[in-house]
Amino acid sequence: MGTANMFARLKAFPRGGAAVPHRKNTAEMETVSMPPPEKVVIPMQQHIGAPCVPTVKVGDLVKVGQVVGDTSQFVSAPIHASVSGKVTAITEILLPSGQRTKAVVIQSDGKQEVDASVKPPVISSKQDFIKAVRESGLVGLGGAGFPAHVKLSPPGNVKIDTLVINGAECEPYITADYREAMENSWDVMSGVYAVKDLLGVDQVIIAIENNKPDAIKVLSDIAYNKNDPKNQVSVMPLPSRYPQGAEKVLVHQTTGRVIPKGKLPSDVGVVVMNITSIAFLARYMKTGMPLIQKRLTVDGSAVLYPKNILVPIGTSIHDVMEFAGGYKEPPRKLLMGGPMMGLALSDDSLPVLKQNNAILAFAEKDARLMDESPCIRCGRCVKACPMHLVPPQAARCYKLKDVEGLLKANVMTCMECGCCSYVCPAGRYIVQTMRLAKNMVRNAPKPKKKEEKA
Amino acid sequence: MEKLIVSSSPHLRSGDTTQKLMLDVIIALCPALIASVVLFGWRALLLEAVTVTSCVVSEYLCRKIMKRDSSIEDLSAVVTGILLAFNLPVTLPLWMAVLGGAIAIVVVKQLFGGIGHNFVNPALTARIVLMVSFPSPMTSWVQPLSADAVTTATPLGIMAEGSGQALPSLTDMFLGLRAGCLGETCAVALLLGGLYLVFRRVISPVIPLCFMGMVAVMSLLMGLDPLMQLLSGGVMLGAIFMATDYVTSPINFWGRVVFGLGCGFLTMVIRQFGSLPEGVSFSIVLMNILTPHIERLTYPKSFGEAGAKA
Repeated sequence: MGTANMFARLKAFPRGGAAVPHRKNTAEMETVSMPPPEKVVIPMQQHIGAPCVPTVKVGDLVKVGQVVGDTSQFVSAPIHASVSGKVTAITEILLPSGQRTKAVVIQSDGKQEVDASVKPPVISSKQDFIKAVRESGLVGLGGAGFPAHVKLSPPGNVKIDTLVINGAECEPYITADYREAMENSWDVMSGVYAVKDLLGVDQVIIAIENNKPDAIKVLSDIAYNKNDPKNQVSVMPLPSRYPQGAEKVLVHQTTGRVIPKGKLPSDVGVVVMNITSIAFLARYMKTGMPLIQKRLTVDGSAVLYPKNILVPIGTSIHDVMEFAGGYKEPPRKLLMGGPMMGLALSDDSLPVLKQNNAILAFAEKDARLMDESPCIRCGRCVKACPMHLVPPQAARCYKLKDVEGLLKANVMTCMECGCCSYVCPAGRYIVQTMRLAKNMVRNAPKPKKKEEKA
Repeated sequence: MEKLIVSSSPHLRSGDTTQKLMLDVIIALCPALIASVVLFGWRALLLEAVTVTSCVVSEYLCRKIMKRDSSIEDLSAVVTGILLAFNLPVTLPLWMAVLGGAIAIVVVKQLFGGIGHNFVNPALTARIVLMVSFPSPMTSWVQPLSADAVTTATPLGIMAEGSGQALPSLTDMFLGLRAGCLGETCAVALLLGGLYLVFRRVISPVIPLCFMGMVAVMSLLMGLDPLMQLLSGGVMLGAIFMATDYVTSPINFWGRVVFGLGCGFLTMVIRQFGSLPEGVSFSIVLMNILTPHIERLTYPKSFGEAGAKA
């Protein structure tokens, strides 16, 4: 790390955020693999972008790794069978995000026969690499689900000089990325070198919160070696302060660069990839096995045996919880993801998606939050907001249905990290208000017409 | 499986509540409360009990009549009650104290929507109303630790009149051995409470520091002793406990800076050029009224906004 970089980090001393509890109960538990369930339901929308169209029909026999959904759209990623067996239905399901999507239902034959198409990709050019990434079905595994090949093919006029590997894992409870770093450290590193060469970057920063010293040590040991004489790959410990892993915060923290409002990391010369994504990529290059399983942290106050489980994609949460050992208390809240940004589920029949990283189940006392009381203008939300917003101002404009005011309050910059609601002594659902406000802005008639008239 | 609870993220809260924050303020007020009893005798405690009771009962009845949920549990009425008593002379007739509590809660707070909605500080506004309505009882001061309750002038009064009466020493001023309102005289107790609030992160030190800093700078410019100015009148009580009232002060950092500086500036202008010897209450209430405008002018740039410093 050069002096300039050190300086950038000093400048990047975190403003905002919240000291959320870590609760990394499953950190030292080695991942267990779940055998294929009797049935998987594989949704056709497991990424940001165009949904896939089923490429199989009812009655087809499929094998592990076979494509079951794809589209010709660029911003999308193909979807593969996670079990071998027979397609019994193509249904429509409601995802926790509120989207409706088609889903391929496969009855497992228990044989887990691998499809003939699964073989290491042959790569002789940059285009081959991007094509292989697309075929792997990889999407941002940190939660956003942005197709990886899109991220790795920035427009020609954009110069990328830094690759940031996101191993911050700042959400409480979740240890899935940590386990990846510990169990598959070499995959992480070979993935790093593969993408480093592809993008032609001269700097790779593996960013990990300092509450994971073991991961920092293991990765540092293999990052600083004689194959990297210029020390282009470095491991950077970050303060354990939520939301350290949020893309804009992470880029600022690691490089000192500020991503302008409404822009992407590539606009400041950075590509950010999740640590599990990069390790998967390395494995795919070796084996050709597409993204058909995902490590999930199963934890929460209602869970009997918290652990990390490698789950076939499309397995129902019900089956995952059963495999995990069930509940010690009746679950009253089921989350897909962490407690800060995860989605609360209405039932446990939903399937595990590519970008999932945790299932948390909470008992009654943790499932209910405090009642709302009036805002006392203590300013804690203002101080906590990593995007430097003023939530009460946004709430006021939302109440007044003042779209212009909402834009002035920069509500669209809100990433819904939850720091504001977390610190609020009045227990206000600030994030919910921000979401509603953002929707109000999106659905508002475009104000440009007015200006033209005037 | 029993029906699942579905709610918006985040699903985790820090555990802080309005009630806990108010309890912390009450704890922080305790040193000054004890000091008031030591300095001015048991009547100080009686007056404090009367204003707290008046505030809490007013709040309870007001919410009941307005058919709204009771809000006395949040303890904010207790805080208002203590702060009001701290702004009164120990000799004030009790019925005036009761009236003050009712004005603070009913007129200033509840009629504007209750906690979080009043635009000026309830305790200070009530003090101003009492001051204007009953000027004589509101300015009859006694020397602390005196058994026979001799009336005397406050240090600011002495300075304003220029009567040549001897001023208390700075040490006496620091310990609270001077005439004044119940809770404003003992600087050491107020500072102790302030440190507790900052340490517990209930208040940010920005407003008190800017307030006191401005008073000191203005004193120097006016050729006055800055320590004397800081320790006299209600500067300590005002800067630490009144100007930091969440509801009526700016929510953002630079707004708080402007607010604190403004309070200090106005306090010294009133002291020096006004007809009243003391200006803390008026300056804070004036800045309370300006708060929305200060906030608008100091609105923070969001992360990544053009020209924003990260």
